[in-house]
Amino acid sequence: MSRQSSKKRGGASAKGNGRAAANGAASDSGRLLRWYRDMLLIRRFEERAGQMYGMGLIGGFCHLYIGQEAVVVGIQACLGERDSVITGYRDHGHMLAAGMEARGVMAELTGREGGYSRGKGGSMHMFSREKNFFGGHGIVAAQVPLGVGLGFSHRYKGEDGVSVVYFGDGAANQGQVYESLNLAALWELPVLFVIENNKYGMGTSVSRAAAGSGLHARGGGFGIPGRLVDGMDVRAVYEAAGEAVAEVRGGRPAILEMETYRYRGHSMSDPAKYRTREEVNQMRRDRDPIERLRHVLESEGHADADALKAIDGEIREIVADAAQFAEQSPEPDPSELYTDVLLEA
Amino acid sequence: MPVAVTMPALSPTMTEGTLAKWLVAEGDRVSPGDVIAEIETDKATMEVEAVEEGIVAGLAVPEGAEGIEVNSTILWLRGEGESADAVPVVEAPPPVADPPPPAPAQPRREASKPQPASEIDYRGETVEITVREALRDAMAEEMRRDESVFVMGEEVAEYEGAYKVTQGLLAEFGPRRVRDTPITEHGFAGLGVGAAFGGLRPVVEFMTFNFAMQAIDQIVNSAAKTLYMSGGQMGCPIVFRGPNGAAARVAAQHSQCYASWYAHIPGLVVVSPFSAADAKGLLKTAIRDPNPVIFLENEILYGRRGAVPTDPDHTVPIGRAKVLRSGRDVTVVAFSRMCAVALEAADALAGEGIDAEVIDLRTLRPLDRETIAASIRKTNRIVSVEEGWPVAGIGSEIAAIAMEDAFDWLDAPVARVTGEDVPMPYAANLEALALPDAARIAAAARAVCYA
Repeated sequence: MSRQSSKKRGGASAKGNGRAAANGAASDSGRLLRWYRDMLLIRRFEERAGQMYGMGLIGGFCHLYIGQEAVVVGIQACLGERDSVITGYRDHGHMLAAGMEARGVMAELTGREGGYSRGKGGSMHMFSREKNFFGGHGIVAAQVPLGVGLGFSHRYKGEDGVSVVYFGDGAANQGQVYESLNLAALWELPVLFVIENNKYGMGTSVSRAAAGSGLHARGGGFGIPGRLVDGMDVRAVYEAAGEAVAEVRGGRPAILEMETYRYRGHSMSDPAKYRTREEVNQMRRDRDPIERLRHVLESEGHADADALKAIDGEIREIVADAAQFAEQSPEPDPSELYTDVLLEA
Repeated sequence: MPVAVTMPALSPTMTEGTLAKWLVAEGDRVSPGDVIAEIETDKATMEVEAVEEGIVAGLAVPEGAEGIEVNSTILWLRGEGESADAVPVVEAPPPVADPPPPAPAQPRREASKPQPASEIDYRGETVEITVREALRDAMAEEMRRDESVFVMGEEVAEYEGAYKVTQGLLAEFGPRRVRDTPITEHGFAGLGVGAAFGGLRPVVEFMTFNFAMQAIDQIVNSAAKTLYMSGGQMGCPIVFRGPNGAAARVAAQHSQCYASWYAHIPGLVVVSPFSAADAKGLLKTAIRDPNPVIFLENEILYGRRGAVPTDPDHTVPIGRAKVLRSGRDVTVVAFSRMCAVALEAADALAGEGIDAEVIDLRTLRPLDRETIAASIRKTNRIVSVEEGWPVAGIGSEIAAIAMEDAFDWLDAPVARVTGEDVPMPYAANLEALALPDAARIAAAARAVCYA
């Protein structure tokens, strides 16, 4: 089962394939507006989730994605229906980007019957076979070998699907990540590893946790190309992911390290003593992915203020509806306690 | 009408906190996402963000105020053009009611599959082969039957198995379906689980189950729990198989029984066959099962021969124990290699006039409570035998079942014969002392018979 190894330079600075130019300004506007909408949906959804947590409607761990929206939106834009996605526990944004319903995600957060896992998974454990979203995993880095297994299944079945595996800078130090990189490279599996480097693994900065010259370079010993991307710029993410997905689909794994930032704490209770307010404020002011795209939309004439206001209104309605649904959906029936432990043979 | 912004909770247990700092003042315009205040408890600090757009109509509590109850109003927002003096009198919204106590669930000891029907008495053709060959035949037949079945593990392909269990599979099925892995248990166990999520049916061989401890997070947290956590969406049809229990003269790290470890986990099925026929029939059933199955083999049994059905459609049901020797006086339950030792003990007891019934448990989760209890109702006495350690072992569960399901029929306390409560020693004499033998089983049987 030999496979032609790609001659393409992975990771390096090869330019985009001119997709944007070829598609013309009109479709470019449509795409940018869609990204704006998708990022805003995640932002507003997470803000509402944080508020509902504060009201006691959501319990336990709740890891918000605010600030990192450009990563999933830019990458998802490069994927098709045949591709699969898996991530860790900061997963609400990934699910919304994958097209899962805001109602079902929010109702899972509130632990209700209408949630994607019927209230039995919670914030960190949601799935949608229909959308090829494979979770939602609570153990740091456990999703990485699982994602390589999804890539294996694509290859085994002779499909050309790609498995996208998200993990954070904290997970990047787990041993199973390197077992996974080795297997993916050794067996030439179609896996795109996306490292969401938001600078802090819980309260420990990357510089205090990770040796070496950058997380994107950590596939080097396995021959896996890696590239560092501005994860606060959805267009940069899209361009890098487009190239990487094409390469991975051709039959070899790749790494993208997204430089990103979470505005909120690690989870809901976070003393925030490990970084300064100035640092957070500067990020929000200078690099916010949604504001940056809004500026592009307005300054390049893709949309006027009314169009953006209409999107804001639409998102507000979706989130309000999801919140209402999540509050009104009943708790799971007590009989649910014993269902879904095993499948009938 | 102004909108109230309320005191958020940092955690479900927080009831009150301090408003450490206001970052907005009356008259300020706020947008969703703007930080409006910082709140503190003794454990943490959190920023409060606006969710609605509006103009600050008034602060309901001053900066530095302590003991502010969760869900009480801290700030009023008004819309554009609304009067600033429309702020209502501060009135705490009703607190979120405590959740009602959970409705009593159906009492149920173990979330498990319903008992399967008894196996059919096989009257077809058989062949005399070893357990090793029986396992190989099971895999080969299932791989012929279902293209999604593949075998993966260390040395399973070109080397044909560290214990030669996968002999001939590479030649028949090729490297796509018979995969040598690097020595990377955590990685390939996780890969297997992911492949099962992706629609395949992996058979993952651990060279021995001792090494599966490197991978146990993927087995327990990913394979066993994901179906439940996904509300039934994410089935994981995977078999983890390999030798378990004491080998010979390999010391503590390579001689351990994991039966009770895995039998503890809801979401797993645990099987440990003794005979060659069961090794084949149960492995075939395990591969067809839609759930993760832990299939515990035994190195010392691999060379043992037995009559094995050749019909590829014949399988053995999971969840059914098997009476190996019928008897009236005392029940002895065992699994895997200890069945041989229990049968040896039964022969010795027969010479003394004690008629022992020997039961091969075969499946350890779900345990066949019905067969165990029925036997106790006949013999009124039970001895449990296992190689593993005594504390929280399979024997502990057998004792609980005897008490729960057959208390009134017991004429003596349950006896447990187990491996000694020590790491396995290397020295030949000490190793022999650490493992159950026929003499100890016979002694336990005599004790419960007051003989």
